[in-house]
Amino acid sequence: MKDHDPISKKKFMEELRRFQKGSVTRRHFLGVTGLGAATAVLGAAVPGLRPGIAKADSHIGDRVVLATWPNYHDPANFEMFTDNTGAFVQVNVFGSNEEMLAKLQAGGSGWDVFVPTNYTITTYVAEDLIEPLDVSKLSNYDASAFDPRFADAGTVDGTLYAVPKNWGTTGFAVNTSHDGGKPFTTWKDFFDRTMDDYSGRTMVHDYQLTTIGNALKYFGYSFNSVDPAELADAEKLLIDVKPHLFAISSDYQPAMRSGDAWLTMCWTGDGKQLNSDIPEIDYVLGKEGGEIWSDYYAIPKGAPHREAAYALINHMLNPEVNAREVLAHGYPVADSRTNALLPQEMLEDPILYPAQDLLDALEFGAAATLTDPNRAELLARFKSA
Amino acid sequence: MTRTERNWLLVAPAAAWFLVMLVLPLSVVLIFSFGERGPAGGYVPAFTFEQYANLPARLTAFKNTMILAPLGTLAAMLIAYPLAYQLAVRTSAKWKTLLLVLVIVPFWTSILIRSYAWIYILGGRGIPQLLEAVGIGDVQLIYTPFAVLIGIIYGYLPLMVFPIYVSLDRLDKRLLEASSDLGARPLATFFKVTVPLSIPGVATGCMLVFILLMGEFLIPALLGGGKVFFVGNALVDLFLQSRNWAYGSAVAFTLIVIMLVTVTLYMRLIARLNTQRDDTSIM
Repeated sequence: MKDHDPISKKKFMEELRRFQKGSVTRRHFLGVTGLGAATAVLGAAVPGLRPGIAKADSHIGDRVVLATWPNYHDPANFEMFTDNTGAFVQVNVFGSNEEMLAKLQAGGSGWDVFVPTNYTITTYVAEDLIEPLDVSKLSNYDASAFDPRFADAGTVDGTLYAVPKNWGTTGFAVNTSHDGGKPFTTWKDFFDRTMDDYSGRTMVHDYQLTTIGNALKYFGYSFNSVDPAELADAEKLLIDVKPHLFAISSDYQPAMRSGDAWLTMCWTGDGKQLNSDIPEIDYVLGKEGGEIWSDYYAIPKGAPHREAAYALINHMLNPEVNAREVLAHGYPVADSRTNALLPQEMLEDPILYPAQDLLDALEFGAAATLTDPNRAELLARFKSA
Repeated sequence: MTRTERNWLLVAPAAAWFLVMLVLPLSVVLIFSFGERGPAGGYVPAFTFEQYANLPARLTAFKNTMILAPLGTLAAMLIAYPLAYQLAVRTSAKWKTLLLVLVIVPFWTSILIRSYAWIYILGGRGIPQLLEAVGIGDVQLIYTPFAVLIGIIYGYLPLMVFPIYVSLDRLDKRLLEASSDLGARPLATFFKVTVPLSIPGVATGCMLVFILLMGEFLIPALLGGGKVFFVGNALVDLFLQSRNWAYGSAVAFTLIVIMLVTVTLYMRLIARLNTQRDDTSIM
């Protein structure tokens, strides 16, 4: 879990001395200090720093462009991919599926691989923005190893368009040192106490699906509702809550860590990362339900480096690589081969694998909520209120 | 080739630039603004005024922009003027270059990174903690209109300092001496000679900053925490989240019209100020 944390000054100097004395390799030094990842980012911007293509397996080209979510990868796995293939991984980070869809609709995104969420894939197929996958190029993909619940959405009308990456839940993270001994258990608590003892300390996502969905759960409606009357109730709640909010942002880790915010809507992996570092931050699933989701790897139509895209997806599906990813970001996988490589305590972690009764209440997002103009407009009205 | 033909030829590149880079995109925005949103987002051709009828739903965004942009411009001007005056009139040539470089240096770093620094300064572990230490407890600075205003002033100050500096630097020092010889006290000289002569610089600086502020979205997003919404933020959301290109175009076009009207009025005002001054100088 600590792998991706910034290194302390003392530790950095120790590693630098070891590197100067020659007792560790350059690769080890770059990996441990995080400088390797920083260089990879720089490399994307400065052509002179790009690794040469004169390496083994260089027929796939010199790069692959990946569009993905924040805090969602282990940079060491990208480095390994570059070592094996000569292609460096250029990472673009996004905040919502709507934003990804908008970029692809506008054309010329330049992406080779992207990471859509379950409920968006049918829309990508309908809009002709996504490539059917050639399984013969994905030797590490074993459909039988995946829990169908988290793999189903990748197949549309019998054609495979996307392979599973990770799954998880959307709950909230709460700093329990301020709860006065009264624990949070529901979305009703979340919104009511935001207007009470957590006033000025709460963050909600800058994301219609979760912010509206969880406001709908306050009333016991479906997370995916597009019913005008139910949406009107959710809007009223959000507008009443707004003066009590600390911020509307999907980048909530910094404020939770600094203690500025005490309560935030939160995804599994962020909850795990916060809880590991600051034990008084709990990850809670509202008893009324909420979202369960599954993310996928997919290739957009017209990907400029198609072969490299297949190579990267195949690399990430390698169970050993995938297990390192899970250790770094803390999101569960649906792949039994990867799970076999993970430590037992992780597989029993209640944040990653919540109790069955809590899981049962959750819903997968629906395609209609992605494209529904009223939900999009509702969030915009809430933000400009 | 006649003289007129040659003139046309010389104007052609500029005209082409104007057409391709300004008139064409603006026409597209105008056409889109009468359209409709596609079922999965985007734009569908139509001829409807619905998008313009929906404008009141973004009233707060327009209000925030129309209040904070002029306020930020004014505050930046009030801070920049003494600074530029000090640099242009009071500082020796030896220090001038160094100090000017110091004004530019922040521009070498991305505004994104500099705004992040403000998140920490205004956040719980920065100024609020200091305030708490001296007994003023529990103040939220970050994610407020105040934070956005600070970010705006900080981010755009150099753009204001330079035009004012240039106009003050070119000031004919003999005019100041003449004013003093004719019996004006220093303060009178400053307000009756220095300030009027620096108006073109102030006007340029204000216009530069104001126009850029009207389209600002990064600082409100970072320092306003999604709660201080500018028209720029509304546009980002309309194009990237709601994918409602038609409505987005209507909002964008309205912003452009407001900007053109404000800037034209402002230029007229400045022009009138200048004529008045010329009139008095003739008298």
